[in-house]
Amino acid sequence: MTVNDTPLQLGPVSLTSRLIVGTGKYRDLDETADCLRLSGAQMVTVAIRRVPPKKEGERSLWDVIPPDMHILPNTAGCYTLDDCLRTARLGRELLGERGKLVKVEVIGDEKTLFPDVPATIEATRALVNEGFVCLPYVTDDPVACLRLLDVGAAAVMPLAAPIGSGLGVRNPHNLAIILEVVKAKRPDVPVIVDAGVGVPSDAARVMEMGVDGVLMNTAIAQAQNARLMAEAMKDGVRAGRAAYLAGRMPMKLYASASSPLQGLIHTR
Amino acid sequence: MRLLVNGEPTVLEPAPANVAELLVQLRLPHERVAVELNGEIVTRAERAARAVHDGDSVEVVTLVGGG
Repeated sequence: MTVNDTPLQLGPVSLTSRLIVGTGKYRDLDETADCLRLSGAQMVTVAIRRVPPKKEGERSLWDVIPPDMHILPNTAGCYTLDDCLRTARLGRELLGERGKLVKVEVIGDEKTLFPDVPATIEATRALVNEGFVCLPYVTDDPVACLRLLDVGAAAVMPLAAPIGSGLGVRNPHNLAIILEVVKAKRPDVPVIVDAGVGVPSDAARVMEMGVDGVLMNTAIAQAQNARLMAEAMKDGVRAGRAAYLAGRMPMKLYASASSPLQGLIHTR
Repeated sequence: MRLLVNGEPTVLEPAPANVAELLVQLRLPHERVAVELNGEIVTRAERAARAVHDGDSVEVVTLVGGG
């Protein structure tokens, strides 16, 4: 059955797939290209870095991102407000019309890669003022998410667990509160779980809770069979979304027989 | 001409007159890079008109895989 769903709206961009995938950590560009396609994603994240030395005619990431794919440049690796702003501006210059969105990422700690929340809020405020559509990566903190709404974030992207950890949802209750408070204040602003997902059930679980989308990279790229995992994640996100729209059954403490009690061949 | 290109001391002869020539001499795919000269972005439209001087610091960036 096809799911009758609204698109995921990120600023001016409408997506029918609610899975956004990263482009890092793949074994080679063929695997990258296949996984982008198999995931069904319509938006990919990329990083902005110094041009690497490259042989004549050698392919690059540019050659494997389909022309109709939306590109979300990140500010990964930035530890200061200034570096974040500089990276975002370079991304926009690099991508032109395709570079209006930015995944705002200001890291505060090397070991956990948890965000520097005050700097993330300041960076979002500054970039929104410069006309960027900001999708900030943030800790699973409801108040931080509300502050990001205040400064004009087009979506909030709380982590489920540390980047690249694959731990799954460490704090489902915080995520539930984030959904509640963000939707109460701005029902039009998507909540996207960014980072920490390890397996499709993690993705399905947060989608069932009502999260608007999931962004992942390592869970696909570092799976033993990345192509198969890309498909599995597509199915997980889709199943979770369909279940959310379908509405789950109420939970009960005791059993409720599925088979009729009438017409039993024996007496009780 | 001595420049700092992506943090590396680089000598270019003949000296490039502007940012557009610099990218050609460095054999960089000009459509797939963004350029900063002394910390300030030089847009595609400005490259041919923006002069490069001895001692300038240049950053040339592109897309790479990331999450």
